[in-house]
Amino acid sequence: MSAMTNPFPQAPTIWSLPDRGKVAMAGLIIAESAIFTIFVVAYLFYLGKSLTGPTPREVLSTPIFYTICLLSSSLTIHFAVKSLRRDRVVLFLGSWLLTITLGALFLYGTGKEWHRLIYEHGLTISTNLFGTTYYSLVGLHAFHVTAGLGMLLIVALFTLAGRVGVEQSRRVAVLSMYWHFVDAVWVVVFTVVYVLGR
Amino acid sequence: MSSNVITIPGAQIQEKPWGDRLHEWLTTVDHKRLGILYIVTALVFLVLGGIEALIIRIQLMHSHNDFVSPAVFNRMFTMHGTTMIFFVAMPILFGFANYLVPLMIGARDMAFPRLNAFSFWLSALGGFLLYFSFLGGSGLYGAGNAPDVGWWAYAPLTARAFSPGHSSDYWTLALLASGFGSIGTAINIIATVLCLRCPGMKLSRMPLLAWLYLVMSGMVLITITPLSAAQIMLLVDRYLGGHFFDAQAGGAPVLWMHFFWIFGHPEVYILIIPCFAFMSEIIPVFSRKPIFGYPVMVAATVCIAFISMSVWAHHIFTIGMSSYANSFFVMTTMAIAVPTGIKIFNWLGTMWGGRIQFKVPMLFCLGFLFQFLIAGLTGIMLGCAPFDWQLSLSYFVVAHFHYVIVGGILFALFAAFYYWYPKITGRMMSERLGKLHFWLFVIGFHLTFDVMHIPGLLGMPRRIYTYEPGRGWDALNLIITIGAFIQAIAILVFVANLVISYFKGDKAGNDPWDAWTLEWSISSPPPAYNFASIPVVASRRPLWDLKHPEDPDSRYE
Repeated sequence: MSAMTNPFPQAPTIWSLPDRGKVAMAGLIIAESAIFTIFVVAYLFYLGKSLTGPTPREVLSTPIFYTICLLSSSLTIHFAVKSLRRDRVVLFLGSWLLTITLGALFLYGTGKEWHRLIYEHGLTISTNLFGTTYYSLVGLHAFHVTAGLGMLLIVALFTLAGRVGVEQSRRVAVLSMYWHFVDAVWVVVFTVVYVLGR
Repeated sequence: MSSNVITIPGAQIQEKPWGDRLHEWLTTVDHKRLGILYIVTALVFLVLGGIEALIIRIQLMHSHNDFVSPAVFNRMFTMHGTTMIFFVAMPILFGFANYLVPLMIGARDMAFPRLNAFSFWLSALGGFLLYFSFLGGSGLYGAGNAPDVGWWAYAPLTARAFSPGHSSDYWTLALLASGFGSIGTAINIIATVLCLRCPGMKLSRMPLLAWLYLVMSGMVLITITPLSAAQIMLLVDRYLGGHFFDAQAGGAPVLWMHFFWIFGHPEVYILIIPCFAFMSEIIPVFSRKPIFGYPVMVAATVCIAFISMSVWAHHIFTIGMSSYANSFFVMTTMAIAVPTGIKIFNWLGTMWGGRIQFKVPMLFCLGFLFQFLIAGLTGIMLGCAPFDWQLSLSYFVVAHFHYVIVGGILFALFAAFYYWYPKITGRMMSERLGKLHFWLFVIGFHLTFDVMHIPGLLGMPRRIYTYEPGRGWDALNLIITIGAFIQAIAILVFVANLVISYFKGDKAGNDPWDAWTLEWSISSPPPAYNFASIPVVASRRPLWDLKHPEDPDSRYE
């Protein structure tokens, strides 16, 4: 209809562009990575520079079980998205709820660790440089887990209400990208705080 | 030409009660309206930041002046810097991106219209918070009000002990809010450019403006976020008793300097790359030639983006880094001159042999080229560590970066205003007022910022509120202040031109400049849906193809 198109040769037969949800989530992940990088740099820079105790070596214990929980939730969410793509909603819901449980377990583990540090060792965010950098780095990650859990819960509620089907699988896949990112960040935080930092 | 284009006259313009129209503007998710909101908000802040600059200049007009107190002076330069960078330059550039990117790539809106509105209102909230500090920063109790820690807010000035009250908190929260807004818009621009291009618009056929905004948005993701992270740390220090920047607990104020400049230097390129984009669109049209070296322009931009992230410590040569660190940052700083030089030669190459039309947008482009070159040269001078040790924190530095920001960025913005105003409003800006604006501004600019180099060389430090007579600074400072007022008058002429042309300007038509990119193929102002049917392109200059079917670009690309 438009004369606009007339002088042009013709529209290309195949014209496919990337999915905007995935591109945007990739952008968000890049931005978030930069934020985490700065906090990791601060943590490494201040290692061993606290003027008073306690030190990481004295008080930290490696949270192996909760780490396994969080990392395996990446597998369950991957499986959930795969199931939704094949329109198997019950299987999707099951593995989705499992993901939420594993994420919540991890948060519980962080809470328990903090409780122990605060009440047994008297380490708070204002105690020394270790406290400041530890709570802000681990706390920033825990905040991201919480935000992710919130979004996962919303999807779970919609699923229970019967509103999620195969047509939502692309959006759910975008959300799962975020969850994978949160897990990947934990690998870095775990390495820095519990392996290198002790 | 115009007969080839579908326009639906009156589809957009219906008289509605003003309450409804206001409601439409406040709740809009249309990229064009949000673009205008960004630009108008930024212009308001430009006036506020300009008034602060004039207060600074009046205070420094002669020695032992007491126009404002030292405390107020500190607030003025802090607010001036923060306002101009975060609430003028950033929003105005995002405004143009919002308005132009979808039009240029043949899309009907941004990829995420609601995120777009959210980002705008977040940025606006940031600006509001910053200026609310005049009241809320304990100003009502006489405990000082607006932030007075300088725009880079070095630790420990921001520590509770040295910055009581809430002024630094307003500064932090304002920058956090606007930072998150910037990240949202950057994600939006990236998704729009990558995912919403019209059929046929391959990456290699995109207008350079879209390309450069893509690179700029990528930089925003990586470089605004360190600032946000540092602001979060500052809040932890101020509210939770943390020690990130607390030297008494072993913390390092130098860490703040690094975090700030890891953001701060790339920020300059975040601001200048869109200006390169304006140059790359405007210069070809007024030279009547396609851009010279399109792929090289893209490559140089990507190069600048990469190198600019490894030069930050040239801002802090004087803190005493190792000679290896100094050498590294000197070399990266020198290296960035290469892709920038490539760009300048490409613009000159575009003009070479062209039939140059000296319309107002082109005048501002020429001003940009000349001044940006000089700013780059003083940049190279300051990039040499030994030279910088002498002149860091002097007025030479102030002159240098104002040469970049005013002589480069602001001139490019004026060019963009005169060039796209007809598209946005449907009316031409007055050429006579425009030329008056240009010449007044050029004279005022050079009077202020050329002269400002000299007191710097004579040893006048930046951020002092007054100085002793007899150092040879008085006459120079008076000239600088006079230049500042000439610039202010020029800005008034510009604002008058904006307003008068909106009501009285000549009708622009679709394509007043005989240009080649897609935004000129639709009516001015564009309808809400932009394109009645999504265009198909076969070259970098789709409108050239349309106007010259006998010799289309698509034959050669």
